[in-house]
Amino acid sequence: MPRINSPAELEAFRKDIISKRDPDKPCIAVCTGTGCLALGAAHVVTALKEEVKKQGLKTKVDVRETGCPGFCERGPLLVIYPEEICYLQMQPGDAQEIVSQTIVAKKVIDRLLYVVPSTDKDEKIVQESEIPFYKNQMRNLIGNNIKIDPKSIDDYLAVGGYSALAKALCQETPEQLVNLVKSSNLRGRGGAGFPAGIKWEFARKSADKTKYVIVNADEGDPGAFMDRALLEGNPHSVLEGLTIGAYAIGSHEGYIYVRQEYPLAVENAGIAIKQAEEYGFLGKNILGSGFDFTIKMHQGAGAFVCGEETALLMSLEGKPGEPRPRPPYPAVKGLWGKPTNINNVETWANIPLIINNGPDFLTSIGTEGSKGTKIFSLVGKVNNTGLVEVPMGITLRDIIYKVGGGIPEGKKFKAVQTGGPSGGCIPEEHLDIKVDFDELAKVGAIMGSGGMIVMDEDTCMVDVARYFLDFLSDESCGKCSPCREGIRQMLKILTNISEGKGREGDIELLEELAEATGDASLCALGRTAPNPVLSTIRYFRDEYEAHIKEKRCPAYVCKELISYYIDPDKCKACMICLRKCPAQAIIGGKNQIHVIDQEKCTKCGTCFEVCPDRFGAVTRLSGEPVPSPIPEEARIIAGKSKKDE
Amino acid sequence: MANKKVSTAAMGSSKIDKIIAKYQGNAGSLIQVLLEIQSENRWLPREALDKVSKKLKVPLNRIQHIVTFYKAFSLVPKGRHEVHVCTGTACHVRGAPRLLDSVQDLIGIRPGETDLDLKFSLETVNCLGCCALGPVMVVDGEYHGKMAPAKSEEVLKSYE
Amino acid sequence: MSEILLQIDGIEVKAKEGMSILEAAQSAGIYIPTLCHHEKLQPYGACRICTVEAETGGRTNLVAACVSPVQPNLVVRTRSEKVDKTRKILLEQFLAHAPDAPALQDLAQEYGADKDRFEKESSFCILCGLCVRYCAEVKKKNAVGFVDRGARREISFIPEIASKECWKCKECFPLCPTSYLQAAYHLTEALVFPSPSFEPASEG
Ligand SMILES: Cc1cc2nc3c(=O)[nH]c(=O)nc-3n(C[C@H](O)[C@H](O)[C@H](O)COP(=O)(O)O)c2cc1C
Ligand code: SF4
Ligand code: FES
Ligand code: FES
Repeated sequence: MPRINSPAELEAFRKDIISKRDPDKPCIAVCTGTGCLALGAAHVVTALKEEVKKQGLKTKVDVRETGCPGFCERGPLLVIYPEEICYLQMQPGDAQEIVSQTIVAKKVIDRLLYVVPSTDKDEKIVQESEIPFYKNQMRNLIGNNIKIDPKSIDDYLAVGGYSALAKALCQETPEQLVNLVKSSNLRGRGGAGFPAGIKWEFARKSADKTKYVIVNADEGDPGAFMDRALLEGNPHSVLEGLTIGAYAIGSHEGYIYVRQEYPLAVENAGIAIKQAEEYGFLGKNILGSGFDFTIKMHQGAGAFVCGEETALLMSLEGKPGEPRPRPPYPAVKGLWGKPTNINNVETWANIPLIINNGPDFLTSIGTEGSKGTKIFSLVGKVNNTGLVEVPMGITLRDIIYKVGGGIPEGKKFKAVQTGGPSGGCIPEEHLDIKVDFDELAKVGAIMGSGGMIVMDEDTCMVDVARYFLDFLSDESCGKCSPCREGIRQMLKILTNISEGKGREGDIELLEELAEATGDASLCALGRTAPNPVLSTIRYFRDEYEAHIKEKRCPAYVCKELISYYIDPDKCKACMICLRKCPAQAIIGGKNQIHVIDQEKCTKCGTCFEVCPDRFGAVTRLSGEPVPSPIPEEARIIAGKSKKDE
Repeated sequence: MANKKVSTAAMGSSKIDKIIAKYQGNAGSLIQVLLEIQSENRWLPREALDKVSKKLKVPLNRIQHIVTFYKAFSLVPKGRHEVHVCTGTACHVRGAPRLLDSVQDLIGIRPGETDLDLKFSLETVNCLGCCALGPVMVVDGEYHGKMAPAKSEEVLKSYE
Repeated sequence: MSEILLQIDGIEVKAKEGMSILEAAQSAGIYIPTLCHHEKLQPYGACRICTVEAETGGRTNLVAACVSPVQPNLVVRTRSEKVDKTRKILLEQFLAHAPDAPALQDLAQEYGADKDRFEKESSFCILCGLCVRYCAEVKKKNAVGFVDRGARREISFIPEIASKECWKCKECFPLCPTSYLQAAYHLTEALVFPSPSFEPASEG
């Protein structure tokens, strides 16, 4: 491959790539992101390639394996260009039809299209950009994912890649770049929202020959995968941003710290680094500018706390991920004691956009204090789950209802959790607040890195708090006592409450522990650990009280507080639950009303789920005793007449 | 991913040397070296830790801390089949705890453990990015979505 | 080294750049309680008993005095309602692990900490890390270390090293604020001498 030595050579090379590509040539872009691969995308690709070959279209049709466009829930999915036809939930068996019908005969296959929910008259949507899930987004960062093969640098160049690097290195001074980023008001996307330009300036001003720049791709929030999609689906955009940042700060060595749980991101980023080196976008004298820069990859070994920047540095140095006190800040004393600038994947990916389009590109979008777009991983009890990129300033309601399509099965919305283990739950009454770093903080949540979990009436808020504290008690580094011990005690109390052993005064004790943990812990893991507890107490105190005072779980989640019961008047002795119960806890038989042996029941809820809707005989009870079973002799159902007796 | 061998014997010491050489014996690469050994051998035998300690000149107590601090490392051999139950937030609100309960009952071990016959190892994982399919269970890299407790029994029975 | 002027409990204190708040306070004869701190060892900042209020630029934070550097014009309060409340609950949490630890008794009295507030979980160790750090930093033997993380963090001897080094040293014993260290050592000894093979804690 050619080494590109100047911006002019880059543009010539880009022209050459584009001129060889026919925009009208059909291209089947199949998502091969982690989600779709899990659902069998690899088989779909193989089938499509074989089919294309079989029908003698190898030179006439491209099959491209792309990154994740975000709609993983409906995967495996593909988009056919130039028409932009989007097919969802593909099977390898569909390949033949796609090639012969859609590609050759130009006919759309109805059954693979997106169906608008709620309309029972099958309204279907052909074009990707018309699907409400996509239509209400603003896809500046992940929009390219479905258009490029992340393993191909030429694909990235074809969509304008590395032009920002050329511009930065050859037309701007490092100071100008720092100022550009400052005036774009870009705030860090990793959680804290610190202004990126100001952070760069600190690192730039630290006088030292050796400085480091780092991509934080640890993404430990247990309900989020934005950074995975970016690094896996468009790795060059992150490399380009990092290289520009390195030049601005005066660093010649960069690291990508990526969690090993993301093998495909590791693979694609690794390939991207190699290609960028071959083309001369990394290495010595990049694009003839005299600037040298290399990137190494480091894999995280499974620890949430290593996403915290100082723990990340410890881990990079080969040590346990125990955070260090700040100050000194990494910009002064970071990796190996040298000035270091750490930004999140999504922060870095914004940089090329700012350089190419000017700072207004960001400042024209969003609210006073939060500019640009933000990617969220919208999951939980919502119709369209997946990655959504939205402009700052959009309301939570619009995200959940317009993009997400609302709550499934006609259930009632209860809360949306943002910010993962450091964040909080936001109730219905605040759904109209804007997505903005400061607004979210005001209601007791945080923007966080982009986890957004929707909860409905079947979610117990005590259980949610307990879930996060359980996570944190395992993921805290364990060094400083307010975090380790405070979380331990809060978790104990929450567990007691959810098991019906809660006591009067527990809520106040939780608040006291939360305060000490939040104030005195060493790092932000401990300092924010109380948020899930405090925000659920703030908005759902009644649920805590129901658990403590009435021993009742209003959402029927806490196992120790609920029972399953078969209503003898409704049971038709259909034997379905009896067969399905994994604990063999159901007594009964043909024509014999079923009864749950409460001693054996493990509360797995299988009977409740499998009991046919038209019977609805299995009910859940909480806070009240289970009626004693009807006597054995009364359990016989003698045909239909039984009821009339 | 499918046909993993179970090796309870220590991994060849020349292989470890090679991995260490790749990182130029740099103590800062300790975690990367251990990760590679883990991924080749699927667990970290005591001899391997001793060797890494000597070669990289990192005291054993720090290695011991690291291999117990980071979740990717195992100090015991893994079973033939690795079962991962996703306990990410989205799976949690969709019923992952009930799934995990029933999987534990079925194979008789808790997360982090391997059964005596070395058939199954059970782990929990945080978010696989397939939240829409939750609750998700992965066996030997194969994803099983929308798992109900009863369904998990069928899936696990199909493994020898 | 430039001099830095700050205020601790209303007193003007002169400190050198790079000093911690704890050192500055000590130099002015102001007492701040500590548990994990030791002069011979690198500052550690784990127990957080040395938490004080630090005000700078109109913002007040709780910081650990032993690891927080002095800054010009810093206003430090070593006792306040908030500081005392924090120390009290930290002590109560330690006492759940080591109710009889001598080092905790006076502090408990001073701050009104109730040793029965939290359910006993007698691990006896409060994870101050004095033994681990002393062995590593002063003796350079690394015979004892930490294992695991979060709520499962513990200290653990490395039997191969302990069996060679510890019996003739034992200098860490008097550093331990609880009785745990000696117990752990004796357990290791008992394990090592009958059979020299080492089983990691998580095995089985
Ligand atoms: C417990 C904890 C976990 C974190 N995890 C991540 C993470 O996975 N990814 C990330 O980019 N930032 C994470 N952060 C935030 C980082 O400390 C840091 O603020 C961020 O990487 C800075 O980049 P930004 O300014 O671009 O956001 C975490 C912070 C804490 C306290
Ligand atoms: S706050 Fe928690 S994670 Fe942070 S240093 Fe303290 S113990 Fe470790
Ligand atoms: S992985 Fe295919 S859409 Fe996300
Ligand atoms: S003495 Fe400062 S944290 Fe222990």
